[in-house]
Amino acid sequence: MQGIQLDLVSEAKISQMASMEKVRYIIDEVRKGKILVLEKGLNPMEEAKLIEMTMSAIQPDVFSGIEMQSYPANADASLLGKIFKKQNSKRLTVIGPANQLKTLKKDRNLISALVSASK
Amino acid sequence: MNMIKRFKVSFSKIFNKLFKKKGACIGIYGPPNAGKTTLSNRILKDWVGSEETMGSVSHIAHETRHAKRRNGVTIETNGHTISLDIVDTPGLATKIDFHDFMEQGMSDVESKKRSKEATEGVIEAVKWLDDLDGVILVMDSTENPYTQVNVTVIGNMEARNLPLLIVANKVDLPNADPGVIKEAFPQHPMVPVSALEGVGMDSFYEALAKQFG
Repeated sequence: MQGIQLDLVSEAKISQMASMEKVRYIIDEVRKGKILVLEKGLNPMEEAKLIEMTMSAIQPDVFSGIEMQSYPANADASLLGKIFKKQNSKRLTVIGPANQLKTLKKDRNLISALVSASK
Repeated sequence: MNMIKRFKVSFSKIFNKLFKKKGACIGIYGPPNAGKTTLSNRILKDWVGSEETMGSVSHIAHETRHAKRRNGVTIETNGHTISLDIVDTPGLATKIDFHDFMEQGMSDVESKKRSKEATEGVIEAVKWLDDLDGVILVMDSTENPYTQVNVTVIGNMEARNLPLLIVANKVDLPNADPGVIKEAFPQHPMVPVSALEGVGMDSFYEALAKQFG
């Protein structure tokens, strides 16, 4: 059977890794053509690092980058949230090769994507 | 120089070193083709007054491939004067495919060169995040604001506890909907503008002084 490998990665697996390990793991898996769904995504600094390392990995006709989508953080409207500017927890994130994963629609609570078998 | 004069000069130097507020360094971020350089050029036109520009603009994405800094831009609004160092950054992206440039009529060699420079530009823009006092995040009001670039930049500013001003650009276009941007990121101030036409700039400068002054 031919198809696309979809890995659903638990929070437990990701949380055991250091930031650099997470980024390396994601890039390596995505370059193999896998789609990753992270139960709890990366923190904003890790997301920025992932963008940076993705750019270093881009090669013409080999790897054009990643498609990554996560939900925006919910604003904490409570008094304590406003005072302490509490950082919201990370949310589900989907990451895949840019030439195989295309976001169709995204809003605050829905990510709709198309996965293509052809590169 | 008598003792009192010498004391005055020394005290003044120490005071200035300790308390002199230097201009905040503000980065202009956003996805490619959101109008970052157009906004930067508009700021320089309004407040530097010369023919100086931050960079060239183009309909082809990734026209800005190196960050450019302009120090000491003084803005006066509502009786307040602020001095800012402004950094125009290359558009952030998670993918860069040279075929996209070829579709715009560039040659294979030109496209690959632009693609390589664009990847370097994105890396430079990400690295600048560590050295800023705040960010102006420029979004295209005709596009869906829920892009990963927007989510990542906002997340980074929130994590660093740094001020952020969202600019909903291109409101001169018929399908612009800045309200969608406000709805997407209600926790941050947003100003609708057309940097190209100079629409909404007074409100933008007021918000700028409020956020970064």
